[in-house]
Amino acid sequence: MGLEEKLPSGFLLSTVEGLAGYMRKGSLWPATFGLACCAIEMMATGAGRYDLARFGMEVFRASPRQADLMIVAGRVSQKMAPVLRQIYDQMPEPKWVLSMGVCASSGGMFNNYAIVQGVDHIVPVDIYLPGCPPRPEMLMDAILKLHAEIQKMPLGADRVAAARAAEEAALKALPTIEMKGLLR
Amino acid sequence: MSDDDKADKKASEPAAQSTPSPDTKPSADTKPSPDTKPDASLQPVEPPAAVETPQPLAVQEAEIVSVRRGMFPGDGGDTSGYGRLLRKVELPGQSPRPYGGYFDEVENELFGALDEQGLRPEDAIERVIVYGGQLTFQVRREHLVQVARVLRDDPALRFELCLGVSGVHFPHETGRELHSFAPLMSVTHNRRIQLETTCPDSDPHLPSLYQVYPAVDWHERETWDMFGIVYDGHPALTRILMPDDWPGHPQRKDYPLGGIPVEFKGAQIPAPDQRRSYS
Repeated sequence: MGLEEKLPSGFLLSTVEGLAGYMRKGSLWPATFGLACCAIEMMATGAGRYDLARFGMEVFRASPRQADLMIVAGRVSQKMAPVLRQIYDQMPEPKWVLSMGVCASSGGMFNNYAIVQGVDHIVPVDIYLPGCPPRPEMLMDAILKLHAEIQKMPLGADRVAAARAAEEAALKALPTIEMKGLLR
Repeated sequence: MSDDDKADKKASEPAAQSTPSPDTKPSADTKPSPDTKPDASLQPVEPPAAVETPQPLAVQEAEIVSVRRGMFPGDGGDTSGYGRLLRKVELPGQSPRPYGGYFDEVENELFGALDEQGLRPEDAIERVIVYGGQLTFQVRREHLVQVARVLRDDPALRFELCLGVSGVHFPHETGRELHSFAPLMSVTHNRRIQLETTCPDSDPHLPSLYQVYPAVDWHERETWDMFGIVYDGHPALTRILMPDDWPGHPQRKDYPLGGIPVEFKGAQIPAPDQRRSYS
């Protein structure tokens, strides 16, 4: 992105990382992507009583090009899937996806041909939020947990190394469908 | 159907019972040919067209296509509380004349117009059904486009609007499993009818109404997507709702109910009719 990407790994980079992460988590702009009833809770979270403005997130951007967090609020139909993917592709890096509610996370009660069984089939999800629909407090908790991740996000050489490590771990991991045992 | 129509129907019921009897059948064959029509118009005492056009279709009883038990298909335990529910799927047969309201006039005009085009109405139209206050013409698929064109263009009919195309799947009705409906509306005369066409599952082809009513474009794509009816003559018959590589047609009765695999850790979600059972 800029000069911070060129810094060598070390004391200076980790200082810049901390500063950049602090700035990023304090100015996270969500894209409005309400698909169903979860969107009502999302709106309530943004409105006066719960007041996402406390975390610098009150601006729900209707344009994906000015947004960096996509809150997928509701069930994603097969017809909506390409639209969702296009919105995600239009968002500039760095970007995060929050899968809000069981329907976005796993299809939920809609176990049928019309609904995508989990939005992670289409876009990489950073944090899953269960609930049907989740309360605004739950959404805020998920957002704060995501903020903690953003604060720790590496930059430059560290980011390349982190991405490589994540890819290697993913290649070694057992596919979800082959996992046995308890559902957690 | 309004109360007036019902009253009309009640009053003329004896006449309706006598018309379709076998001894009136010969009169159906001796219907006035086009060259005798000028004579008929010259005589002022001639009854209106409603009486002189014969009824070519014999009255049929409603047929029971299938009997369903419970809320879900299959023999799995039904936990919905409606396990002992018994439902008959009845398809109404040919209705007795007169139908009441404007229905008789529409039928007379349509049959007359088909006659003028050299197409015998009983060849093109399988049944005329009045059910639930609606008039439905069951058209044989090879004549569907011609019938629709007559319905649109004939000045006495003028069904300018086709309000969509939808499908129905009757798996037990052998030889005519797939039905396709097209409700028509005439703005000129403020009338509504329906066209119904059937095709067997083994040969799911119907002629497209696109040439007559271009607005059915997306409706026919949806019916193809959900029921697998191929509309011959449609400009671009592709799936409209499901992804292009989706196997099967979801709205058919034999399509599995739910049970789409979800990637949990080692979990599989069975279809609703196989989820639990009383034991």
